Amino acid sequence: MQLAAPMFQDRERRQWMGLLSRAPLELLEAWAARQPPRAVIWLRKPETGLAMVRARAGGTGAQFNLGEMTVTRCALRIEGSGTGLAYVQGRSARKAEIAALADALLQGDARDATRRELLEPVRARLEARAARLHRDAQATKVEFFTLAREAGA
Amino acid sequence: MLDLTAIAPGFGDTTLESQAVFRRGLAALAQPGLLVECDDAPEPPPGVHPAANALLLALLDHDCRLWLSPSLNGAVAGYLRFHTGCVLVGAPQYADFALVARAAELPPLESFDGGSDEFPERGATVVVQLEALGGAGPWRLRGPGVRGEARLLAGGLGAEFLAQWSDNGAQFPRGVDLFLASGKRLCGLPRTTRIEA
Repeated sequence: MQLAAPMFQDRERRQWMGLLSRAPLELLEAWAARQPPRAVIWLRKPETGLAMVRARAGGTGAQFNLGEMTVTRCALRIEGSGTGLAYVQGRSARKAEIAALADALLQGDARDATRRELLEPVRARLEARAARLHRDAQATKVEFFTLAREAGA
Repeated sequence: MLDLTAIAPGFGDTTLESQAVFRRGLAALAQPGLLVECDDAPEPPPGVHPAANALLLALLDHDCRLWLSPSLNGAVAGYLRFHTGCVLVGAPQYADFALVARAAELPPLESFDGGSDEFPERGATVVVQLEALGGAGPWRLRGPGVRGEARLLAGGLGAEFLAQWSDNGAQFPRGVDLFLASGKRLCGLPRTTRIEA
């Protein structure tokens, strides 16, 4: 399977899809359990494949292939809302399904509720984790100084 | 960007349904003149017959180059690209597979890639949609897979096509293979089949 990265023009959507793809499954499940049952039309059931991650050294250098990562994707449609897509890391079909459901709802009338009940907790969780990692790393930080001779002395 | 809001679902169960359709396609090619029914084919995009659509969904993947005849619009291209990942090409000679909306839009068979003597299996597979496809018709099919002769009615394909088909067969082992599709019905015409009208 080849995964083509869809180019989302909508910056906001790109942000929430990024959040959903990194969200822990337990938060997604907790949200999904509170959702009313909805009729879902599957465009593409969850399928797992490899995506090549490409990068540039220092963000500006020559492009190279960093490596392949496992990605699960799916697409679904909810009547009256929108078409939801998900590309998530790993092999969890359930995670892709909930992320796609949330993506569809975020494009429809349930936008604000979904933002409040799902995106905010996910963002808070991810930020707390990033802060903790940052703190732990900072605790071991070592500063190196070079005593340079003053120029022209 | 692909407009997903207009795309209809493909197979409900991708693996099992595409295998079932693939099996029918094999049967159709193995027994030219046999009419195969694709009863549980998914709803096709506008302009595409259910049997042709199901066959392409089963056959295509991201290694396949597909040519669509001119009257098939962007919705068809978007649908097939989304579900199969196939690559679209602008001219028949670059295509591994082709979908022709109606007999009148079928380009000369020689404009398709017929493979080479070393790799005859690379010849294109062309799916032609017809308004009528039936058993008791004016065509008499002979060749491998046909016991004696088989009768076929292929509405819209005339004498000009039969001359091209004869030339196609003369290139053996090179050549293109055809699938005729009408509604939910499918019939295979491999390059080895000889047709007399």
